[in-house]
Amino acid sequence: MSNQRKRLSGEREDEDDEDAEGIGEWERAYVDDRSWEELQEDESGLLRPIDNSAIYHAQYRRRLRMLSAAAAGTRIQKGLIRYLYIVIDFSRAAAETDFRPSRIAVMAKHVEAFIREFFDQNPLSQVGLVSIKNGVAHTLTDLGGSPETHIKELMGKLEALGDSSLQNALELVNEHLSQVPSYGHREVLILYSALCTCDPGDIMDTIQKCKKSKLRCSVIGLSAEMFICKHLCQETGGLYSVAVDEVHLKDLLLEHAPPPPAIAEFAISNLIKMGFPQRAAEGSMAICSCHKEVKIGAGYMCPRCKARVCDLPTECTICGLTLVSSPHLARSYHHLFPIAPFDEVPALSSLNDSRKDLGKSCFGCQQSLNGAGNKPGPCVTCRKCKHYFCLDCDIYIHESLHNCPGCESIHRPKSVSLMEE
Amino acid sequence: MPSVASKQYPDDVSLLVLLLDTNPFFWSTTSITFSQFLSHVLAFLNAVLGLNQLNQVVVIATGYSSCEYIYDSSLTSNHGSFERDRTGMPPLFASLLNKLEDFVTKDEELSREEGNEDRTPSCLLSGSLSMALCYIQRVFRSGHLHPQPRILCLQGSPDGPEQYVAVMNSIFSAQRLMVPIDSCYIGVQNSAFLQQASYITGGVHHTPKQLDGLFQYLTTIFATDLHSRGFVQLPKPIGVDFRASCFCHKKTIDMGYICSVCLSIFCEHHKKCSTCGSVFGQSKLDESSSVSDKKKKASQT
Repeated sequence: MSNQRKRLSGEREDEDDEDAEGIGEWERAYVDDRSWEELQEDESGLLRPIDNSAIYHAQYRRRLRMLSAAAAGTRIQKGLIRYLYIVIDFSRAAAETDFRPSRIAVMAKHVEAFIREFFDQNPLSQVGLVSIKNGVAHTLTDLGGSPETHIKELMGKLEALGDSSLQNALELVNEHLSQVPSYGHREVLILYSALCTCDPGDIMDTIQKCKKSKLRCSVIGLSAEMFICKHLCQETGGLYSVAVDEVHLKDLLLEHAPPPPAIAEFAISNLIKMGFPQRAAEGSMAICSCHKEVKIGAGYMCPRCKARVCDLPTECTICGLTLVSSPHLARSYHHLFPIAPFDEVPALSSLNDSRKDLGKSCFGCQQSLNGAGNKPGPCVTCRKCKHYFCLDCDIYIHESLHNCPGCESIHRPKSVSLMEE
Repeated sequence: MPSVASKQYPDDVSLLVLLLDTNPFFWSTTSITFSQFLSHVLAFLNAVLGLNQLNQVVVIATGYSSCEYIYDSSLTSNHGSFERDRTGMPPLFASLLNKLEDFVTKDEELSREEGNEDRTPSCLLSGSLSMALCYIQRVFRSGHLHPQPRILCLQGSPDGPEQYVAVMNSIFSAQRLMVPIDSCYIGVQNSAFLQQASYITGGVHHTPKQLDGLFQYLTTIFATDLHSRGFVQLPKPIGVDFRASCFCHKKTIDMGYICSVCLSIFCEHHKKCSTCGSVFGQSKLDESSSVSDKKKKASQT
C-alpha cells in the first residue's frame, strides 16, 4: 500500500494533465482505500503511526499463505529442473503506451528482473528467449543457464513491428523443447500484448500438440483477456492472467519464478549422477579440457578424472560426468525443508509469565520484545524450540533465512528427523 | 539520500559480529589453551573498537549444544562497572568473560544431558550464523545510519555435515544482504563450510599456520573495514572445497546422485527419493542419457 502511494506521488505531475473527468487516478486510489479509517488514536489523543498495523497485516497474510501451502502437501514435490522459454510479443501492439514509457520497455525491464530471479530460485534450470515480430517467431537465445547472455540479447532487440502469431511461437518452442532430457519440466511463458493472432494453420492442432508433448504454457496478457490464450493455458495446465498495471505485471511475472508443483506425468523422476568439483587455488596453472588452453587460476577439477574445466555447470569432456557446483543446488533446499510458521503469542495472557523466564528479548536479534510503555509487545514463538521472536525477525526468518535460529542452536540430529517425516 | 547519510556516517564504521568457537571437544586437542586464545581475541576486539569510536562489536558463542550472545558493545550495561573492577580485568570485557563462563558451564550441562553418542564433535555454526544474521537484519532495519556489518567466524571444530542445509541457507541469506562472512579456521582439517561461506559472500578465508601469532593474523587480515579492503592485499583462497553432504548418511561427498525432482543429494543409488517420494526408473536413465548424447552430437556437427 505504501509502495503504491509512493509511486503515485512520484507520478502526480504527469497524471494531473490527464484527469479530465473530475476525479483523478491518484485521488481514486485514496477514495478506494479509505485509508483515513485506519487512523487510530492512543490514550492521550495522539495519532498512532499506521505503518505498524500495515506491516503486521502483511505479515499475517504471508503467514496464511504459508499455512495453506503447508496444508496442500506434506511431501513437497517441485519441478526443480525447468526448461523455460520466454516468448515476448514484439508486434505492433507492443508499441502502445498505456504502460509508461511503452509496453515494450516495461516488458523488457521486468523480464530482465524475472530472469535473474528465476536463476536464483531454479538452479540447473535453463531459459531461452523467443520473440514474435511481423507474424514470425524468432529465437533470440537458445536454452542456456547464464542470465547475462539472455539479458544482453533481449536488450539489443527492442522494436515493435507487424502482427503477432501465437501458433508460430508455440511451434518453434515445441520444436526446441523436444530435445531436452525427460526429467526436465518443459514450460513456456508468453507475454502477449496483441489482441489477435495471425496464424498460418489451425492453432487448435498446435495446442493439442503442446498438450501431448507435456509443454506447460502460461500466458500473461497486457491488454485484455483472450479466449484462445485462456483455452491454451487450460489445456496445458498453465496459468493465464492479464496485467492491470506495471506493478501487477511485475507480480504476475515473479509468480512464475518459484518452481511449480511437479506433475508426475510431466517429467520422469530420475537419479542423475553428478560431481561436485573443487575450485582450484588462485594462481595455479593448468590446461583446461574445454578450451585446451593453459589457464592460470579460477578453474574446477572433475572429481572422477581430475580434468580441469573452466565453468560450472558443465559436462566433463573427458569422462562425461555432469559437473555442478553444490552451492548452486543448495539454493533450492529451502523449498524442501520449509520451517513451520511460528505461533503468535497473545499479547495479554498468562503466557506473559513464562516469557519473563525466557528473557524479554527476541532470541534472534536481541531486540526488546516490550512495546511502548513497557507493555509486552506482539511476538511469536517457534513450536519446536519454544524461543520467542520479534515480528521483524519472524518475517526475515521465513522470507529470507529459512532457518530457525532457536532450533539450529540445539544440538540434536534434527535434520535427520526432518527427512524421515 | 544515501550519499548524504554516508557523509555524516563515515563508510569505514563497522559492526563486527564475532562467532567464537567454544566447543570443548576441540579445545582439548589444540596446542594453545582456550585462555591463551581468548587473550588474543580480546586484544583483537579492543583493537577493532579502538580503530573508530563508532565501531561496534557483538560476540556470539558457538558451543557444542547451544549458542548465545555473550557481548554487545552497544549496550550501556557493559560500561557501568568501572569502579567494581576488583579482578584487574579491563572493565569492558569483564562482562564478556563472566557471560562466557556461564555459557560454557551451561553448555557442558546440556551436552551431558543428551548423552554422548558417536557424533562428530562439531560446533553449532548454523545456529550462531542464523543469530548473527538476525542481529544484522535488525541493524539494517534501524535506518540509513548504520555501520557496515560483517561476520567473522573463529572456528576450529570440524564441520557438522548434518548442518549442511542450514549453513547453506544462512550463507545465501548473507549473500542477499551483502554481508561478507570472514572466516579464520584454526583447526587441523579444512572446513568446507567456511571456505564456501567466504567464497560466496566475498569474505576472506584464512588458515593461520601458527596459532601463537593469532593476534597478528587477526589484526592484519580481519581488522580491515570493508571500505579499506580494496586497498589491501588480502590472502587469496587456496581453492574452495565445494563438496556437499549427502542427505542419506550425512557424509561429505564429491560425487553423488541427484534426484531430478527435488535435487536431493544421495551417496548411493536408491529406488525411491526419501525427500520427495519420487520413484526412480532405471531404464529411463539410459533413455535420457542417450537423448543428451544425441543432443551433444547434434551440437558438434
